[in-house]
Amino acid sequence: MLAFELPISVINFAYLVAAILFIYGLKGLTHPRTAVRGNLLGAVAMFIAVIVTLWDHHVIQYVGWGWIFGGIVVGSAIGAYLAVKVEMTGMPELVAVYNGFGGIASVLVAGAWLLSGTGGPSHELTDAASALGAHDLMGNAGMSAALMQGTIAAAASGLIGGVTLLGSLVAYGKLAGIKWIPDGAFLPQQKAINALLMIVAISLCYFTVTDIMGPTNAAIAANGGTVEAVTTSTGWYYTGIVVIAFILGVTLVTPIGGADMPVVIALLNSYSGLAAAATGFVINNNVLIIAGSLVGASGLILTSIMCKAMNRSLWNVMFATMGPTSSTASADEVYEGKIKSTSGEEVAMLLETARRVVIIPGYGMAVSQAQHAVRDLANLLESKFGANVDYAIHPVAGRMPGHMNVLLAEANIPYDKLREMDDINSEMDQVDVAIVIGANDVVNPVARTDPKSPIAGMPIIDADKARTVVVIKRSLSPGYAGIPNPLFAADNALMYFADGKKAFQEMIEAVKEA
Amino acid sequence: MEMLIILLTIFVLAIFVGFEIITKIPPTLHTPLMSGSNAISGITLIGAVVSSGSNITWLPKTLAVLAVVFATINVVGGFMVTHRMLGMFKRKG
Repeated sequence: MLAFELPISVINFAYLVAAILFIYGLKGLTHPRTAVRGNLLGAVAMFIAVIVTLWDHHVIQYVGWGWIFGGIVVGSAIGAYLAVKVEMTGMPELVAVYNGFGGIASVLVAGAWLLSGTGGPSHELTDAASALGAHDLMGNAGMSAALMQGTIAAAASGLIGGVTLLGSLVAYGKLAGIKWIPDGAFLPQQKAINALLMIVAISLCYFTVTDIMGPTNAAIAANGGTVEAVTTSTGWYYTGIVVIAFILGVTLVTPIGGADMPVVIALLNSYSGLAAAATGFVINNNVLIIAGSLVGASGLILTSIMCKAMNRSLWNVMFATMGPTSSTASADEVYEGKIKSTSGEEVAMLLETARRVVIIPGYGMAVSQAQHAVRDLANLLESKFGANVDYAIHPVAGRMPGHMNVLLAEANIPYDKLREMDDINSEMDQVDVAIVIGANDVVNPVARTDPKSPIAGMPIIDADKARTVVVIKRSLSPGYAGIPNPLFAADNALMYFADGKKAFQEMIEAVKEA
Repeated sequence: MEMLIILLTIFVLAIFVGFEIITKIPPTLHTPLMSGSNAISGITLIGAVVSSGSNITWLPKTLAVLAVVFATINVVGGFMVTHRMLGMFKRKG
């Protein structure tokens, strides 16, 4: 315990500094050049906020330093281990797990606050009141209102945090390729069940609030402000909320799979922020609210970008199933007799004369870990033939926002060569060879031509407009949308049936010999 | 009520600030943005510390200390992995 107490104004000022640094930190992420500094600013902000909170006298009087520091040391060790050990291809899984940890932390903090009896709601309440310097001004009604706010926020933290935790674990399982987690509707009447669960959860929130507010108001009326709020049933109501939230997390995320994962990850990212903000309303803390809502906004923007990139609404991603419709042409109709298969040598000959080459990566590149081979071929083409090689990145390529960019950056490909969809599409007709690796739906021209297709209107990378398209794929199996891709049968398309990495290695060998 | 309104004001304004900044972040940095904002959402650590510091009974104390562990994983792991990732983004040459 430190010898002196920091005045509440100093603590709040430090929180303000931390909030400003968080905002500057995020601002740094608007450009790769300033991003490292931005991230460090965020870390500094967090450090300030934590140190000041630890310093705050009230914080350590009961538990003492031991437990808190023990927790911080253990958490830091695990966090550092995960951060150092993770492969870049495992990044979607790691982000999913982190989202979940944010959720569970909020669940636990809100739970601790609700269950803490005289040490909790009333203690925080007194703190909050004195923090505002408004203890006397608030009066009994004010105290009661503040407690109500804390209780509602705690229930919300439990609900959002619980959905985030289990939703993230399911997302993790899907990303890690755990086979027994089903895709698509796995319960009859899925929507009705979700709605029912939501109603039960909200009722439980209501009971939690009345459970605390009833005795509290009575106590305030009786002895003028000494609040002995919590009854044993509060804990059970809260447990109920969290359990329902866990179930909701499973039922909401389980049906969503494959190419829709970027939306789910972004949405859960947003939830983890909103859960933190709700926790801020529980303990009346500005910096939690500000940081939490920044993250909430960030996740929501990413969610909306991902949805736009698929021309689907969030509702559609969450609750509708993608698949071929009756009007979809069958694979035989599309592919019959029109597929031209190719080899490394043939592609190498094409590449020899190509001035402009564009590589279009998809999830398949991540699966076959081909990013280094991709870079080697690109470097070879540039040094040997003086070709210009760019990369066309669809916003939903891969399993999370920016997935392809991270993998290609890992392979030391400069970020100015990673071109956004709209940007590169205007130049696709000047491209000599487009190499598609492990992407399918995001280059399917049906999105432009067939208004009845399940991917109709989805913005795609116009690979078909290049002079020659080489598609590296293990088979003609459909992508996530479940429909055949006429690009594979197009006159200017060559199918290279192979594993992504192997195909690039073969091309490299062939180009070297050319 | 005053307290609630003040906090709501902060919440809403912070969301607007978030929208303004984050719409300017290029797609190439979307993954670092997610892991970095994950670290920021570890701000719950403050709540966990406050909560574990102000509890006497074992149950809430245990919950709060567990929250400290999880939130710290988020904070330390999130900032570190973001730093590692951002180190890979390089310009030409």
